[in-house]
Amino acid sequence: MSKLIKATVKRGQIREAVEHSLIKRKKRNRRFRALGLSAIILGMLFVGVMFASIISKGYSAFWRTEIQLPIHFDPAVIDPQNTGNPEVLASANYQKLVKDALRKQFPEVKKRKEKRNLYRLVSSGAAGQLRRLVLKDASVIDTTQNLWLIADDDVDQYYKHGQSQSRLKEKQLAWLAQLRAKGDLRSRFNASFFSTGDSREPELAGIRGAVVGSFFVILVTLGLSLPLGVAAAIYLEEFSRRNRWTNLIEININNLAAVPSIVFGLLGLAVFINFFGLPRSAPLVGGLVLTLMTLPTIIIASRAALKSVPPSIREAALGMGASKMQTTFHHVLPLAMPGILTGSIIGMAQALGETAPLLMIGMVAFIVDIPGSIMDPATVLPVQIYLWADSPERAFTERTSAAILVLLTFLVLMNLLAIRLRRKWEKRW
Amino acid sequence: MNVAVLFLSLVLISIAAYGFGRRYSIQQAAGDRRKLHSMPRYYGYYVALWTGLPAIVLLLLWQFLDQGMIAGMVAAGFPEAIRALPPAEQHLYLNDVVNLAKGNMVSAEVDAAMQHAADHFKHLQTLSNIALLAGLVGLVIAGAALAIRQINPKFRSRPRVESLVRWVLLISALIAILTTVGIVLSVLFESIRFFKIVPLTDFLFGLEWSPQMAIRADQVGSSGAFGIIPLLAGTMLVALIAMLVAVPIGLMSAIYLAEFSGPHLRSWAKPTLEILAGIPTVVYGFFAALVVAPMLRNSGGMIGLEVSSESALAAGLVMGIMIIPFVSSLSDDVINAVPQAMRDGSYAMGATRAETILRVIVPAALPGIVGGVLLAVSRAIGETMIVVMAAGLTANLTANPLDSVTTITVQIVTLLVGDQEFDSPKTLAAFALGLSLFIVTLLLNMLALHVVHKYREEYE
Repeated sequence: MSKLIKATVKRGQIREAVEHSLIKRKKRNRRFRALGLSAIILGMLFVGVMFASIISKGYSAFWRTEIQLPIHFDPAVIDPQNTGNPEVLASANYQKLVKDALRKQFPEVKKRKEKRNLYRLVSSGAAGQLRRLVLKDASVIDTTQNLWLIADDDVDQYYKHGQSQSRLKEKQLAWLAQLRAKGDLRSRFNASFFSTGDSREPELAGIRGAVVGSFFVILVTLGLSLPLGVAAAIYLEEFSRRNRWTNLIEININNLAAVPSIVFGLLGLAVFINFFGLPRSAPLVGGLVLTLMTLPTIIIASRAALKSVPPSIREAALGMGASKMQTTFHHVLPLAMPGILTGSIIGMAQALGETAPLLMIGMVAFIVDIPGSIMDPATVLPVQIYLWADSPERAFTERTSAAILVLLTFLVLMNLLAIRLRRKWEKRW
Repeated sequence: MNVAVLFLSLVLISIAAYGFGRRYSIQQAAGDRRKLHSMPRYYGYYVALWTGLPAIVLLLLWQFLDQGMIAGMVAAGFPEAIRALPPAEQHLYLNDVVNLAKGNMVSAEVDAAMQHAADHFKHLQTLSNIALLAGLVGLVIAGAALAIRQINPKFRSRPRVESLVRWVLLISALIAILTTVGIVLSVLFESIRFFKIVPLTDFLFGLEWSPQMAIRADQVGSSGAFGIIPLLAGTMLVALIAMLVAVPIGLMSAIYLAEFSGPHLRSWAKPTLEILAGIPTVVYGFFAALVVAPMLRNSGGMIGLEVSSESALAAGLVMGIMIIPFVSSLSDDVINAVPQAMRDGSYAMGATRAETILRVIVPAALPGIVGGVLLAVSRAIGETMIVVMAAGLTANLTANPLDSVTTITVQIVTLLVGDQEFDSPKTLAAFALGLSLFIVTLLLNMLALHVVHKYREEYE
């Protein structure tokens, strides 16, 4: 009080005091505003750095290095008895053809150890390339052809990123320099990355198996969770009376949505695998686990969509003599469908990126074959990423990033679809 | 027998039954639809449901039960020598038998007894398939006959069909409850078995975690210690670091977007931040392990700090980034729920924007913000992939963020991935950890809901 009185006496000083504090307050305001802006910039920076680092690490996996060698398809190696039998052709020692060609190319290499180093320049998958060639067209036997063979991952890394991180030996570098000078080293689009399964050799490893596995898992998840989720939402939103039971179901669904995903994996392990005896690593079990995990998301989204349909629609249908069931299925559900589908796509995107529960049910096995059904052992794209990220070879880091790019592409496409759907069909009542 | 083929043929039979029921009802009404109680298609639905549904239910039940039952019957027929083995080895033997029967690779030597068991298995499998097929055909015929006999113009088919659909809807809603019950029971049973071996007090208050158990009694050293405290401490440390990153950035960006920015910035900044929410956690794990951890290690080395390559800091930082959009979108909702009149009142008193936010809006939105942060903590505790890939495996009881720590989720994964026998305390421990995780996150969620409901200011 006394302060106020004093201040009234010295009016000139009040103005000064207020202006002084105003400067301070405005300064504080600006500082606060700058803090907010920097938080946003920081957030954007994280997004940017993450994408930049993954893209910069991963883009090179879409190319592979190849070495050109004149391969002599020696009949003495492939088919000594000249049987022409495909089984004989399939089991021949094609590795030897590659080795012969390498020795011919570098005749000065004599020591055993050096020879071994020489052979290491070409991937062990090169033999498979030759086998496929012969099986497709047996007339290549006894001819010599200039072929581009897959290079080993160390050569691949050296060709892409230079010498600094290379594990190659002095001699090997010299041989590569010779090949390069002759134009026998090139980089091509890595189609096999998309067409083969997993492999211990980075240069042969592909994502096809994981993509097909993911496809089966999502198929099971979608096939179960969409009908179940929509049915549950319809019951809770349109038919149930408010009572203790429906309240319990509701609280339950909300809690389930917040249960850590790994707990669903434990459930899957204990119930589906140990109790019901379903096979480990099967997309069926993965799909069941992810169904339970995404159900709450779909139910919540579907309920919101059903709720947004105005009551007048229901009243009009009932007024025309439709039964409750007819009202729901003929009028309310079609209007709520865009919202339900949007929610489901987002739920599926979540399921597609999920890893932890699938580790629990054994989808981490090393699986080379491409799964053919929902009962075959399989792995999924995120788990493949996890497995590759654990591998020590540098070449696998590149493949991991590339697999992440593929996964993110799928997720972006799904989200774009959801956004489009919302834009196109969204109704404001 | 291919399940998909059976399922599809059942669906096709149902569709045919629909067509038949529909035509038959019109026929019964002598072509005059007005005489029917319900529209013809409801008679069709009725016949289709009775034809297809029981058979499909049988088919599904069979899928779940038949393998287990056959295995049990085969195991009961094993010679005495095998049945005397411990369960784990019996299980291996059974696997070999099944593989032999299916013509796959077999790990053990095939002897007469195994061949006999495999033949027994094949025999039972054929028997089971025949029984299933007979059951399906019987159910289809019986259901169809029952439904078709009931059709006449007075039959009230629509209410019948609708009440059946209602039951289907109710059962779907109950699956949510079943899931919870399934989680609780499955985790609880295994945990109880675990606590029979390791006392509950040792688990809750033990200061050491080293789940390596001696397999033979005469093995040296590893008696196995199952104290959850170091895991809990590690989990909390990582979650705390994550919160220190996520809460300020998430909250401040929500405030900026809601109160300072124009609609233009908001329209693209918000979706960009939400991208972070859509990225799979395994990608964050990769980022943490291959980018952030080496970076921290190098920069720590430059200023003379010893940073572990699996430091809690790296995992926590990246987890924080992951949670930013979670915090910011929840805060954005509650900040927007504060009525405009309160802002206007504050501005009218001459307050600056910062003062309005700090003294009016944030206090009003506080319960919602606290609830959101609690939910974010629960998410950080349950997060798995980032810590599996970036945090350590050994349990250190430390508060130093530069050290390597391990978390509950990491231990669950390491205990259960790879070769495992199902009855050892090691695997059972994973379920006890899962139970703890479930309880902790459940409590946090309930607390969050409680805070939001109890302290929410009601406007209007």
